[in-house]
Amino acid sequence: MDKLNNQAVLRKITARFGEQITIPTEPAGLLTFETSKENILGVLGFLKEDNELQFNYLTDITGIHYPEQTLPIGVVYHIHSLINNVRIRIKVFLEADKPAIPSATKLWEGANWMERETYDFFGIIFEGHPNLVRILNVDDMTVFPMRKEYPLEDPNRVDKKDYFFGR
Amino acid sequence: MSDIKLVSAPPGIEGAGFFATALDKAVGMARANSLWPLPFATSCCGIEFMATMGSHYDFARFGSERPSFSPRQADLLMVMGTIAKKMGPILRQVYIQMAEPRWVMAVGACASSGGIFDSYSVLQGIDEIIPVDVYVPGCPPRPEAIIDGLTKIQDLVRSESLRRRESPEYKELLGKYGIL
Repeated sequence: MDKLNNQAVLRKITARFGEQITIPTEPAGLLTFETSKENILGVLGFLKEDNELQFNYLTDITGIHYPEQTLPIGVVYHIHSLINNVRIRIKVFLEADKPAIPSATKLWEGANWMERETYDFFGIIFEGHPNLVRILNVDDMTVFPMRKEYPLEDPNRVDKKDYFFGR
Repeated sequence: MSDIKLVSAPPGIEGAGFFATALDKAVGMARANSLWPLPFATSCCGIEFMATMGSHYDFARFGSERPSFSPRQADLLMVMGTIAKKMGPILRQVYIQMAEPRWVMAVGACASSGGIFDSYSVLQGIDEIIPVDVYVPGCPPRPEAIIDGLTKIQDLVRSESLRRRESPEYKELLGKYGIL
């Protein structure tokens, strides 16, 4: 059996979703593309259920923040076809004000904690998640610390000056 | 014959069949040489403490024969390592559960000031949540430094007035931390 390559995966998914799949690239050989929050569950479901592709393993869900973009908040999905030994990365960009995206917990139970972590650090709301509360940070935290508008440093620090840290 | 050194008696008046000294000097001497430490070890400073407890440095020489892993029976809370903000309330509860008199030693840069962790998730020194008696610098400090910290604690214990824990200053100190 021929090894499934990135181009074959991209052809197959473009045939199904057409214009909804944008900016395909292959940094370091990892097929990466963007889609929209309306399509993300359809794309993930297709990749998981398709008889040939069989992207059956959700490696990670994480977030990213590019404040200079019009859609600054990104959600990044890494999925892996254990059968074909192929990985892909899917990005969805959202607006800064109340970013929301459908939850992938219907497809993978393992998305539960990943989405809680992404909510905890980026404030991305996963609609349909069974228990979207903070997972790593203290419960009474009011900020989303990985967003660029919040300072990385603790405000109570007294002995740490920026010049010690090369800033 | 082993060479066992005993603590000398506090200054007092000695005569035939009696010895008189101040009560808090006698109590201080007894307390200073039987401190039961509670090791609250969260990272690499804890490893240094294990070396301090071991046979080579032998913490027990100073009367800390029994590390107490229950706060109820401990006299000295030794906080060794990075305290993340999520650990803060737990550390505070451990301190509250200790019976008076109680002392606290912050071992290492992280417990003293947050250390290298200039971050939203790390407590910038345990003195934000509990009062600290002795700080031991180092990243991590060597066992000699931890022993030096313990002898500083012993000095505090030995000279502490019996009434200190009832004093308004002490109550005000605890009140500042919201304890009591």
